[in-house]
Parts: sequence; structure tokens; C-alpha cells
Amino acid sequence: MTIGVVMLVHTAFDRAEQVIRHWVSGGCPVVVHVDKNVSTTVYDSFVTAVADLPEVQFSKRHRCEWGTWGLVAATQSASEKLLANFPDVRHVYLASGSCMPLRPIAELKRYLDERPRTDFIESATTADVPWTVGGLDEERFTLRFPFSWKKNRYLFDRYVEFQRRIRFRRRIPAGLVPHMGSQWWCLTRQTLSAILQDPDRPMFDRYFKKVWIPDESYFQTLSRLYSQKIESRSLTLSKFDFQGKPHIFYDDHLQLLRRSDCFVARKIWPRANMLYDTFLGPNSSAGTMAEPNPGKIDRIFARAVERRLRGRQGLYMQSRFPNEFWDSRFTSAPYSVFEGFTELFEDFEPWLARATGARVHGHIYAKEAVEFEGRQTTFTGALSSSPVLRDYHPQMFLRNLVWNTRGERQCFQFGPGDNQAVSWDLAKDPNAQISVISGAWAIPLFQSNRNFADLRTEAADLQKIESDHLEALRSIYAKSRVRIWTMAEFIESPMELLQTVIDEIGIRDARRLTEAPRLVELKGFGQFLQNLKNQGMHPYLMGDFPVESAPDNRRQSPRKPYLVR
Amino acid sequence: MRKRMELRSIIDRTHHIRRSDLLVFSTFRNENVRLPYFLKYYRDLGVSHFLMVDNDSDDGGTEYLAEQPDVSLWHTRHSYKRARFGVDWLNYLQMRYGDEHWCLVVDPDELFVYPFCDTRPITALTDWLDASSIRSFGAMLLDMYPKGGIDTVPYRRGQNPLEIATWFDAGNYSIHRNPEYLNLWIQGGPRARLFFSDDPFRAPALNKIPLVKWSKRYTYVSSTHSLLPRGLNLVYDEWGGEKASGILLHTKFLDTLALKAAEEVARKQHYAEGQEYLAYAKRLADGPDPWCKWSEKYINWRQLEILGLMSKGNWA
Repeated sequence: MTIGVVMLVHTAFDRAEQVIRHWVSGGCPVVVHVDKNVSTTVYDSFVTAVADLPEVQFSKRHRCEWGTWGLVAATQSASEKLLANFPDVRHVYLASGSCMPLRPIAELKRYLDERPRTDFIESATTADVPWTVGGLDEERFTLRFPFSWKKNRYLFDRYVEFQRRIRFRRRIPAGLVPHMGSQWWCLTRQTLSAILQDPDRPMFDRYFKKVWIPDESYFQTLSRLYSQKIESRSLTLSKFDFQGKPHIFYDDHLQLLRRSDCFVARKIWPRANMLYDTFLGPNSSAGTMAEPNPGKIDRIFARAVERRLRGRQGLYMQSRFPNEFWDSRFTSAPYSVFEGFTELFEDFEPWLARATGARVHGHIYAKEAVEFEGRQTTFTGALSSSPVLRDYHPQMFLRNLVWNTRGERQCFQFGPGDNQAVSWDLAKDPNAQISVISGAWAIPLFQSNRNFADLRTEAADLQKIESDHLEALRSIYAKSRVRIWTMAEFIESPMELLQTVIDEIGIRDARRLTEAPRLVELKGFGQFLQNLKNQGMHPYLMGDFPVESAPDNRRQSPRKPYLVR
Repeated sequence: MRKRMELRSIIDRTHHIRRSDLLVFSTFRNENVRLPYFLKYYRDLGVSHFLMVDNDSDDGGTEYLAEQPDVSLWHTRHSYKRARFGVDWLNYLQMRYGDEHWCLVVDPDELFVYPFCDTRPITALTDWLDASSIRSFGAMLLDMYPKGGIDTVPYRRGQNPLEIATWFDAGNYSIHRNPEYLNLWIQGGPRARLFFSDDPFRAPALNKIPLVKWSKRYTYVSSTHSLLPRGLNLVYDEWGGEKASGILLHTKFLDTLALKAAEEVARKQHYAEGQEYLAYAKRLADGPDPWCKWSEKYINWRQLEILGLMSKGNWA
């Protein structure tokens, strides 16, 4: 008893010949089908090339186009010839010219000898298979497909639409339950001959001629009628990507293929010399009867498809440029924005760095320069501190900063004195954690020694800018995690509020803050605000500060109750 | 079309071109010192024929190329600028010889890197692109530079320039979408950082589409930055996925640049009156060092992939 091989070939004839010789040397007769689209001269020279092998025969040629009946017709003719001319054959293995046996043929033989009644054919009902291309699963069997998908996509699509509109449905022949699966199978003589010699075959053939991609459903469906035991998996390792075309194996997949313990793999790049030399070379069998285990290869290809379809979030580069309406993630990782904190606390940046272990920058959108941590002139990824370069594309600047520092939390300061170009982007970015002490911009004005008229104008400007920004943060489009306190609210219980913000950053394990940042001296701030009001400019974002008694923080800090807990 | 009149054939070996050959098109001026490594690099990748336009070199490069068995060579004395920076000449040659071939258009100082280029020849890439029905492949220009000043280590003829220019900027690129031709417009890197920090708009474009399954209906619009028909410029995904892409390692920043900058400023044959070279010439005088402590040292394509400068897409 032996295995017979039906081989479909349409290109790379030198490799096909090599594989044929390998099968034959393993004692397997081969019937070859060559696509009718191949020119006669090429065909003839191929036939002469293998003329020295009596176990190799050629079957009637059909025109094979992807997704059409030709492939099934080719398989039928070749199988009939194989079954008729080689009575020894018990299992028939359907392979292509770019399939390659990975394990010695003897091992495959032994494997099948131990399972003499089993048909290896992937065969699942349409409801259960996710790998259909073009959104057609059940409709493959109920619509007609006279137009080529490859060559005439427009008519193909229009005709499908038309049939849907008029609710056209073909009748599935009685007794058939449509099944689909990998085109590459290994069937027993009993099952295969039952399919080919069925008295109803003309009726089935007529039906399947109009089904889309019949090579993935003809044998898969009919074998369900006759098989005694179906093992619904293919012995051929063959992975498809999201376009429905097979992944290709190259020399660098050698170890992966070796360890997969699969019997046959598809599709091999014709110029992968190392693969052909290794697997078709002199027998190098380990002699183990391991079960095929394609898990690792599956994962690699699944990751590749994932990369193509979903990509790396927050990465903007030459071949990934998501439209903002289709991909709301602006950046690649969570980061924190602090507004008003450096104004209210004297040593906020170093304190925050100590408390969280995160990378803490100053105002990276400051008008004069990008205030990177330590005020460096360049930062990760060779980002420049030049404000002109940053403002040339403020969005890309932030994306770059977050992308370049993957694995490390970024914190930076922001305020109404900065370039506001990213105001809305920050608000809409789910990765942003934004904490605002509103009105804190008034503190530097209060501390400065400038003419009051100038201060008044600037205060009015800053208040307007911050109020616009807060509007963005509070809008219904905002997806960031926002906390806004007025300055008056915040200095009521600064440590408690800082604690919540820092817990959320969650870098260090949750522990209480033991050290407080130093609040600036606010004595007289209330009077300063009152003076602005007296000049007709009403500062409201900082909340209510009584004129006479500015809260004196230094007296407050020692009595923080939560420190004692 | 007129531009073909400007080309004079020096040696025509195009009859050696077979149907499946990958062709390299290149135009150069006084690059003799780089040519040996350029040819070696692309021959090793599996390129079978080079079609080169010599823009009036006088350094012996022409004679050297004429002796190479896989080079076809044309000569022109005409203006590089008026030929839209060489595009017209190459468009003509591509129309004539590139139809239905995969064509790679690179300068002698550009080294093409693609996913798996250390284990798979370039034909593996083009076969895969064919199977995926993709006709154009993007590769961003990545400026490489040495550490410690551009002219500290002299470049020897035939040497791998990456032995000297080993460093690059990993993440300071800006991207705009060009609504007219739909291509992305990428700027940044050391040139923007050093020479254009006060006028980034003028910084050189780094987006390139150098590898195209050519058809005589196609044409490059401005250098290899964009093509017509516009669909060929869509080498990026807009739905969040990543298409496969490569990198052109740009090894211009060697000691040979100072000489070149002086010459090009005098010729004014480059984009925008050679603004770029003018800026170099100005800055080169003070011996600038593009290297900074955040510069990244080049290892291989996988590193570029991880940094997000290029992508494997769904090629595995």
C-alpha cells in the first residue's frame, strides 16, 4: 500500500521536477496536472524532463484560474488517472508544485498506515469559518459567480449586489451540506473513488461550477457524504493572510519549518535554495513519529497579519498614517500633563520625579524653547529643543516624544503661556491624564515686578486662553482623563489631591506621599486679585480668594492628617 | 520627451536585460569614489542591470562604469535643474527600458534596506509584492552621519560608507500629507535639526518611493518623492494598519561632502537654488557634528523596524 500524489503545477517547473523526484524516490507515484495557460513548449520540455520516471504521468489539462472550477476539474482528472493506473495507492495526497515535503516520505507513509481509514481534509460548515475573503461565506453557495474576481472585480461585485437585491438564491442539491476548508487534502481511495464515481456526480459538478472558489468546497463537502472517518485538518501546512493569499516560506524559516513536524508545507519560494537543499536532500530523519505542530508558525503569521491590519498604536511613519477620524489614539502610551503645578509649587518638577520615578519635563510647549528634562538641547530620538522645529508640526512632536520613550512614563507641564496648538489633541487623546489647577498662571504675575497695566493685559490674555483650553477639556469630544480644580479649591487640601493624581500614574507601588512639594508664598495674592478686579479685569478661574487672609500654606502643611495614618 | 535628446549613449548593454530582471536607475555627477561600493551593494541584493546617467563627471567615474558588464551608461552635459533634478532623464530611460520591470531609482549615496534584506534577496521582496498586487514600495530617506564631525574619518574608495556614517536620528520626523499627489511629505532628521531649525518648511523631503513595478504610463513627478498616477503614492495605510516599507540609508555625510557642497553652491543646480547646499556650506565651515547623545547607532533592518522607521507589514 502506498501514497499517490496528485500535483497541480503552473509555474517554477524546475522546482516542481525536484519535488516530483523526491516523491518518486519515496515510492509514491505522481500524476501531474499542468495548467492549460502554460505554453506547449514549456509543457513539452517539462514532460521530457521527467520522462525517465515511469511512476510519473500527466493528466488532461484544464485552464486554472484562482477561485474557479478549473482547479477542481484538474484535480478530478488527475485523481481518476491516479486511481485507475496505480492500484496500490491507498491514500491520495493533493499537492501543488510549490508544496514541499518536510519529513521523510517514509514517515508520512507510516503515519497513514496507522490510520488506513482516515481522510485528512479540513472541512467546516460556513458558519464556523472566519477565514473568508470578500465577506462571502454562505453566499458562495447560494449565488452565481460567472465573472472573474481577479480579472473583473467590478462586474463580480455588481453582479453579487444585483443578486442580493433581487434576493436570488440557488438551490443547494438535496443531501449536501456546504463545507469549506483548505484546498490541500489527503483522501483514502474509498472516499475519493466514491466521490468520483457517484451517479449524481454530473448534478453535483453542475452545481459546484457556479460556486465561488469551488476548490475549497467541492471535496470538502462531498467527502462528508462518504467518509468513514474525517479528520478535519490538512496535513499540508498552509497559512493564508488577510487577502486570502498563502504566506510564503523562505530560507530564514528553516528552523521554524523543521520544528513544526508538519509533513508538507506550502508555499515555498522557488528560490529558497537552502530549504530545497535541506528538505529534499539526503534523508536526515530524526525518526520520531511526532504529531504535526504548526503552532509557532501560526503565531508568527497571525502577528504579521495583525501588524498589517492594526499596526502599532500611536506610531506615525511612512507606511502608517492613520486618518484621525478612524483612529482616535493620538499617541502610543499614557502620559501626564500638569497645568498650574509648577506655578503653585516651588520645586514641583524634581518632587514629581522623586515621587513617581517618571520622566518629568518642564513646559515642552513653551514659546521660547522646549523645556526637556534637565533643559537638554536634544532628547530621545534626537528631538530638538528648537521651538521652531516643534511648532512646525506640534502634533508630531508630541507623538514622537511619547513613541521615542516607550516604556517610560512622560510627564510635562502645560499652561496658557504655551503654544496652544495641541490643546484639542490633548483633550481628545485617551492616553492623556490631564490635571489642571486653573488660574495658577496669575501667581507668576503676582510675583513679578512689572507695571500693573501690563499685568492686567497679560492676565486678561492668559485667562482667555486657559478658559478656551478648559472648554476643550470639558467638551463632549474629550476622551482624556481630566481633573480640574480651581486654585482656591486645590490649596484647601493639596496633598490629598496630589495623591490621587500620583496614584493614577501608578508607577511606584501604591504608597503614601511622605514628602510635600513647597507651596509658593501667597500672602497678598488675594489683594492682587482684588486690584485686578478694581481695574475692571475679573479673574475668575482661580476661584475665590479673600482679600485679607491669603492662606498660609507653611502653617498648614504640618497638620496634614493623612501623613499620620 | 525632449529630454531624451539630451542623453548620449556611451555604452548600451540593455540587450542583456531579461524579462524578470530588476533594474537600478541612477544619475550621478562626480561620484567615482562611491561607485564601486554602490555596485557591489546592489549586486549583492540581486540586481541584474544598472542604467546610469552621467551628468558630465570629470573624475573617472564614467570610464569605470563603462567597463562594468552589467551597466548601461548615458552621458549628458545639460542642466540637472532643468531636467527637474534628473527625473526627466530617468523617466525617459524607465519608459524605454523599465516597462513591466521592477525598477529601483537610487542615488549613488543611497543604500536600500527592506524587511529581511539580510536573509532574502530583493527578488523575494518583488515576488511577494507581485503576489500581493502591490506596485509601489516606499522607503524613507534616513540620513546617516559619523560621530565627531563629518570630515574626521576619510572615506576610501570601495569601503562600506556605513563603517563611517553609522549614526542616525531615530524619532524626530514630521509628516504632512500632500493633498495634491496624496503622498506623505516627511521632513526631519539631522539636516532639519542642524541646518533648517529656523526654517523647517525648507528642510529636504525624506519620503521616497524608489521601488516600482514600472509601466510606461507612470512618471515620477519630483525626484522619487511622488509619482503619477497618484494611486502609486499610497504606500501608507490610513486605517491604522502598517504597510510594508523600507529605508534608504543616505550616506551623504562623509568627508566628501564639503568638497561637493562648494561645487554645488557654485553650480546652483539643486532644488531651490541649492538652498540645502548653501546651508551645508555655511555650517560646514564651523565643522559641525550632527552627532548628539541621543543619536542611534545603526545595527540592522530589525532595529529600524522596532524603532518604527520602517515596517514588515504582513510579510513574515
